[in-house]
Amino acid sequence: MFRRLPDAAAMAARELPFTLDGEPASGREGDTVAAALLALGRRSFRRTAVSGAERGPWCLMGVCHDCLVTVDGTGNTQACLVPLRAGMVVSTQDGRREVDR
Amino acid sequence: MTPSPPRDAYDLVVVGAGPAGMAAAVEAAGRASVLVVDDNPTAGGQVWRAAGDGPLADGRVLGEDYMRGGGEATRAFAAASPDIDYLPGAQVWHLDDRLELGIALPGGRGAAMVRAERVVLATGALERPVPVPGWTLPGVMSVGAAQTALKAQALVPEGRYALAGSGPLLWLYAAQAAAAGAPPALVLDTTPRGNLRAAARHLPGFLRSSYAAKGLPLLLRARRAAPVVGGVDGLRIVREGEDGLLLFWMRAGREDAAPFDQVLLHHGVTPNLNLARAGGCALDWHEDNACFVPRADAWGRTTVPGVFLAGDGAGIAGAEAAALGGRIASLAALAELGAIDEAERDGLAAPLRAERARWLRGRPFLDILYCPAPRFRAAIADAIACRCEEVTGAQVVEAARLGATGPNQLKAWLRCGMGPCQGRMCGLTVTETIAAARKVPPADVGYLRLRTPVRPVTLAQIAALPRNDAERRAVERL
Amino acid sequence: MVGEAGEAARSAGPGAAAFVPDDAVRCDVAVVGGGLVGAAIARGLAGRGLRTVILDEGDVAHRASRGNFALVWVQSKGLGMARYGAWTRLSSDTWADLARELRDETGTDVAHQRPGGFALALSEDELKKRLTALVRMHNQPGWIPYKFEVLDRAAVQRVFPQVGPDVAGGVYCPLDGHVNSLRLFRALHESFRARGGRYLPGRPVSAIARDGAGFGIETAEGPVRAARVVLAAGIANARLAPMVGLAAPVRPQRGQVLVTERCAPFLSHPLVSLRQTDEGSVMIGDSAEEAGPDDRIGLGVLGVMAERAVRMFPAIGRLNVVRSWAALRVMTQDGFPVYDQSDAAAPGAFLATCHSGVTLAAVHSGPLAGMIADGALAADMAPFSARRFDVSAVA
Repeated sequence: MFRRLPDAAAMAARELPFTLDGEPASGREGDTVAAALLALGRRSFRRTAVSGAERGPWCLMGVCHDCLVTVDGTGNTQACLVPLRAGMVVSTQDGRREVDR
Repeated sequence: MTPSPPRDAYDLVVVGAGPAGMAAAVEAAGRASVLVVDDNPTAGGQVWRAAGDGPLADGRVLGEDYMRGGGEATRAFAAASPDIDYLPGAQVWHLDDRLELGIALPGGRGAAMVRAERVVLATGALERPVPVPGWTLPGVMSVGAAQTALKAQALVPEGRYALAGSGPLLWLYAAQAAAAGAPPALVLDTTPRGNLRAAARHLPGFLRSSYAAKGLPLLLRARRAAPVVGGVDGLRIVREGEDGLLLFWMRAGREDAAPFDQVLLHHGVTPNLNLARAGGCALDWHEDNACFVPRADAWGRTTVPGVFLAGDGAGIAGAEAAALGGRIASLAALAELGAIDEAERDGLAAPLRAERARWLRGRPFLDILYCPAPRFRAAIADAIACRCEEVTGAQVVEAARLGATGPNQLKAWLRCGMGPCQGRMCGLTVTETIAAARKVPPADVGYLRLRTPVRPVTLAQIAALPRNDAERRAVERL
Repeated sequence: MVGEAGEAARSAGPGAAAFVPDDAVRCDVAVVGGGLVGAAIARGLAGRGLRTVILDEGDVAHRASRGNFALVWVQSKGLGMARYGAWTRLSSDTWADLARELRDETGTDVAHQRPGGFALALSEDELKKRLTALVRMHNQPGWIPYKFEVLDRAAVQRVFPQVGPDVAGGVYCPLDGHVNSLRLFRALHESFRARGGRYLPGRPVSAIARDGAGFGIETAEGPVRAARVVLAAGIANARLAPMVGLAAPVRPQRGQVLVTERCAPFLSHPLVSLRQTDEGSVMIGDSAEEAGPDDRIGLGVLGVMAERAVRMFPAIGRLNVVRSWAALRVMTQDGFPVYDQSDAAAPGAFLATCHSGVTLAAVHSGPLAGMIADGALAADMAPFSARRFDVSAVA
């Protein structure tokens, strides 16, 4: 869905391996979780709790609450506000959060 | 800048580390104890996002202004760091009239309560929602979101994408994306035809302003970068196939359509007023750019004593005016704190006011020119008005006809405004949709009442807040 | 039966606004107050063929109905007035009928559930105190007994496996339940409208006076003439009641509530202080403060409530709170409702006030509306009269 510019500074950023929906994935230093997912071609991050509609990020600035994913076991995390770290475990969401996740 | 955990109390707490917040903090540094709280990992706010250390070293893409202005401000902020406590990645979820702030610390480290003698709210602006049918589909984002991805991660849309809407940011992004080698395939301009005429009396002021000097060349570059269709007065988006979108637009009674991988929408920016509103500040409706703005005087004083407003949150005026407004509010707060006397305050503020007035010169023209058409400000038919609760425009209209005369009654009927975004995506839409259904001005309809928490905070964090005996007895009544 | 103005509004077509023109609105009954109490009564009256109008305030007003906890609760109600216990029980027993009628009439499902409800104790001392109060209540003369169970920790754990280590036990009553109260509010209004009622918002009432055999009501948007008037205006009843020779000695009592984001169902029964809504959010409430008309939330009280909730169900600590609010219960001295009628010399005015508008919605829409339609409260409603507060009457 988004691609990285071949700008020297951008390409020099360190690669960060992480797990996305159980599969190995990678992003770059300076990515938020949302940016990393967009760079990997993901458009939809979740299905809503109300109707199951697919949603992806709208604002990328912490306002719309549509980019919610589960990060390291904590559900309903705003992906655009979390800096990506190596080893993070990220999953897209389906419907309501479980009470213990 | 080394982030530090907050102390219990400060002379001045600044919420927001964008142009206004940074300037307010730097102005007060050394003269009062200062805490700056911001939800982003680095300073700069939205407009100067990653200006200090972004991945795009090349000024060619983002423009020299951005690199210079934003870079200077973040360097000054960093230089003042011995005298400023700076908490990035933290969210302010509570503000009351006793000037107590509730802050969610970064990395899930819990919540902290901080007492302030004075508060400067510099929470900036957010993009107006664009409630056209299909705006919630994956692959549809705001232009500001795309610009954030460009600035902070050097990302550009993949494939064929369209821009639709109105306002300076639309043209700015088109020019920046083109400079980065990823121009839009189509730009749909929804600027209403009558707006230019309505804005004409402010044209002289605009032409003398720096907006004209910088904006007109930018506009020309943007318009050369992609095909532009003007006079668009209707938009809708549907899914096409597995991963595609079909964008429909109306123009002079005719509907056209084209396929895209992504659609980016923009209808201007409006003050981010949630913290001010929840803190009790009164709001006023501003007709020129069709939004609510917290009421503030020439020093930035809101209707809540001790709470000041600065930057785009006090009225959209751009980064330079925001920084000057931040300094002015900070000076007023310093005078109230007794750190400077009023004569010094006035002496220091006078040139700032003059410079700010020069920056504001072009605004009325831009505000009127780019005010979106009323039909785009209300949600029609099946367009989603409230993203969190998935309430359509048709449902809002029906409830208004059944007697929900304002957004607070409507909230009880339809849940609009009850979701995690706290009305940021639906507040203006709901007010405008009710206003259109009742045929009254939006100012008469009013805005959502907002309360703590202004940002999500966990039950466990609230459970850890301090309480006194009376408060305990109010619950443990057996 | 619909008044001429109502007919005109409906025949003007589907796009016509629901707001009627200002020249003297006429009706059989004017109900002042469009909250849960007013809407339930008005719906019942409209269903009995009376031309009924609801007069309501504007968008920002003290509205207890918007802030309630949505319990349909029997357990622990009526210590000090056995009649109230019976009235509550009757409403709970007939609530399912109300829910079904509303669904049939409006298509809105108010998600009424009656699985029974719990009060959990976070210490042996709490459990003992609760039990003592319950036993005293059930021993009152005239009390109609019902079943309740006292549970030790092990028994609570069999119902709620995820309960926290501090929970010492609890009380269960099979008559308790809950409902989606915002949908209830909407359904009552939709049903009222479907039965020919007219809802007139933006009309705070400034004066009520006798006008021949009926009443003339002054509102912000012009006069209303009604044969009968029902005061169901919550806190405002205190100001309005004397206008018809009645008294409504009510005061605001603040209650604060926390609501979390939606989560997958995990709580099978409502508790008196904590419930999971049909949409999945967790609501936490049960505070009472004498704060006057101040409906601002206080972090200290929210903190105490949150802490107790997390001690009861530790897993919910991770959930995000998305909303908090404070609402003002309409509270009498003894906590029981007031139902009154103007005296025989000037009949036709009625008053209804309570702080359990959700639980009592069934009896308000049913028997109470029936009494008002018939022109007089039944004899066994006498204990609810405000005269019970009149010390001189007792002496």
